[in-house]
Amino acid sequence: MPLFTVLAVVVALAAFMLLRIPNIEYLFVAGYTIVQYIVLATAWNILGGYCGYVNFGSAAFFAMGAYSTVALATFGNQIDEMVPESLAPFFHLIFPLPIPVLIVFGGIVSGIVGFGTGYLTLRLRGAFFAIATLALSVVLATLVVNWDFVGGSGGAYVVRPGEFPLLGSYVQYLFLLMLALAVIAVVAARTIERSRLGYGFAAIRDDELAAEASGVPTLRLKLVATTLSGALMGMAGAPFPYYIGYLQPAGVFGLEYAVNSIAMPLIGGTTSWIGPVIGTILLGTLQQVTTVTISSAVNVLIVGVLLIAFVIIAPNGIVGLVQDRLRARRQK
Amino acid sequence: MTSLLHVDNISKRFGGFIALDGITLDVQPGERLGLIGPNGSGKSTLVNCICGTLQNEQGSVHFDGHTMDGLAAHERTHRGLSRSFQLPRPFPSLTLAENLRIPMLYTVHKRSGTPLHADNIEVRCAELLQMVGLERKTRHLPRDLTQVEMRKLELARAMAAEPKLMIADEAMAGLSHSEIEEILALLKRLNESGITIILIEHIMSAVMSFSQRLIVLVTGKKIADGKPEAVVRDPEVVRAYIGE
Repeated sequence: MPLFTVLAVVVALAAFMLLRIPNIEYLFVAGYTIVQYIVLATAWNILGGYCGYVNFGSAAFFAMGAYSTVALATFGNQIDEMVPESLAPFFHLIFPLPIPVLIVFGGIVSGIVGFGTGYLTLRLRGAFFAIATLALSVVLATLVVNWDFVGGSGGAYVVRPGEFPLLGSYVQYLFLLMLALAVIAVVAARTIERSRLGYGFAAIRDDELAAEASGVPTLRLKLVATTLSGALMGMAGAPFPYYIGYLQPAGVFGLEYAVNSIAMPLIGGTTSWIGPVIGTILLGTLQQVTTVTISSAVNVLIVGVLLIAFVIIAPNGIVGLVQDRLRARRQK
Repeated sequence: MTSLLHVDNISKRFGGFIALDGITLDVQPGERLGLIGPNGSGKSTLVNCICGTLQNEQGSVHFDGHTMDGLAAHERTHRGLSRSFQLPRPFPSLTLAENLRIPMLYTVHKRSGTPLHADNIEVRCAELLQMVGLERKTRHLPRDLTQVEMRKLELARAMAAEPKLMIADEAMAGLSHSEIEEILALLKRLNESGITIILIEHIMSAVMSFSQRLIVLVTGKKIADGKPEAVVRDPEVVRAYIGE
């Protein structure tokens, strides 16, 4: 296993063990949200940071993951009504599906949505692409609100088991799963960054016409990026119904996910894998602290103020600021 | 002798404006062809149609024994057709070496079938940058370059794709006399190494010293094709440039 992967796993496990020491359940609840945003921000960055295509529809991909879980859970509850009697025992055996399977399933669903979105919209550029992704979010939200099977506008309950073997609390299990997902996302992003694919993405971001002239199959690469980015967001969303217990369309399709997934990489820096991680840890932690100490409504204000501050002071994020300093020093 | 590039009666319209009107031309392997014409005569549109940046509505482009019609720009680059842009279009966030790495990774790498080793790419980048005299700025970003260096980078990137035919679109506009000489010498060296070159240029002294053959476009039509000395004396060409 490459050194970086080992390091990432060690860091993730260390974070988990550290949180276990005070043995406060709330730390895992808050930690889950932050780690979930590491996955979302990293996924957003694959398309937005590496390729330069700003996606305002992160919430839609996240929600698709969450709702594929709801759909499967509802199906699991209605096996006797929905499948022929002869097949029922088989389905009873495999349902309810374990969460890792749901994560894979959510990833596939959102990956397909990502591929479709990419195919339909990638001939658009800049603001037009961003608007199209925002529209996608609205369309999918309308679809879900009108689909009774997954709860419609009233939302859906998913009852989570109280305990998980070995770990004790179920939230700890969910947190551990999300940590694993974050490791996968970060390792994937870093691998892409240093590969042939990463150079192709960078060429697309910088100048699409010149990229084509240099032999980069821009459309195909952009489809790879939308699919991958969508799939990772869906994977982040799949365990969410088990975390929150009650899934509401207005919440899961909310602006919060879209804005945070953009703000976190922008604050951290978009050209490298570490940017979204730094941005998420800073912004995510700040949000959790203010939620507890002041009010959850202040979150949005913080994101807004920080975004404006960074656009003015460090348009390339924290990583960009450091890189510029280093380069200036080297050239002196 | 079969020609390397055969453009057969291609036309391109932008709405009601006819940019190219039935252009036919041939380029032989190893040739140095000059393409001239007044502003707006369709030179860049012709390059864009040959390279696949634009798709022509009529006619067809054959290159190296294959038809290029309907192929995207990157597929034409894979087949050995490379170009530089009139206004340099470097990848601004990548270093000079990384700028050259893109066509190597995506064209040479794919064409050869065997993966290029990272070390080979490194060596090749260094060679190309040395050839254009930018070896001391390997790790710099394009924003640190001067105008002439930017054009050299543009040519080096077109070269990095290891083309059979290279189209240099106004690689010398706005450069000083000595800088033009530098670029011309570079293009001649490339030609001697076996690459066919089409040079699009307004600077007549450069075109005349470089080209073995000259083609003149005026308002989307080809009005002359032949030896440079003969073409510039052609009454129709004189009329197009100077007027009656």
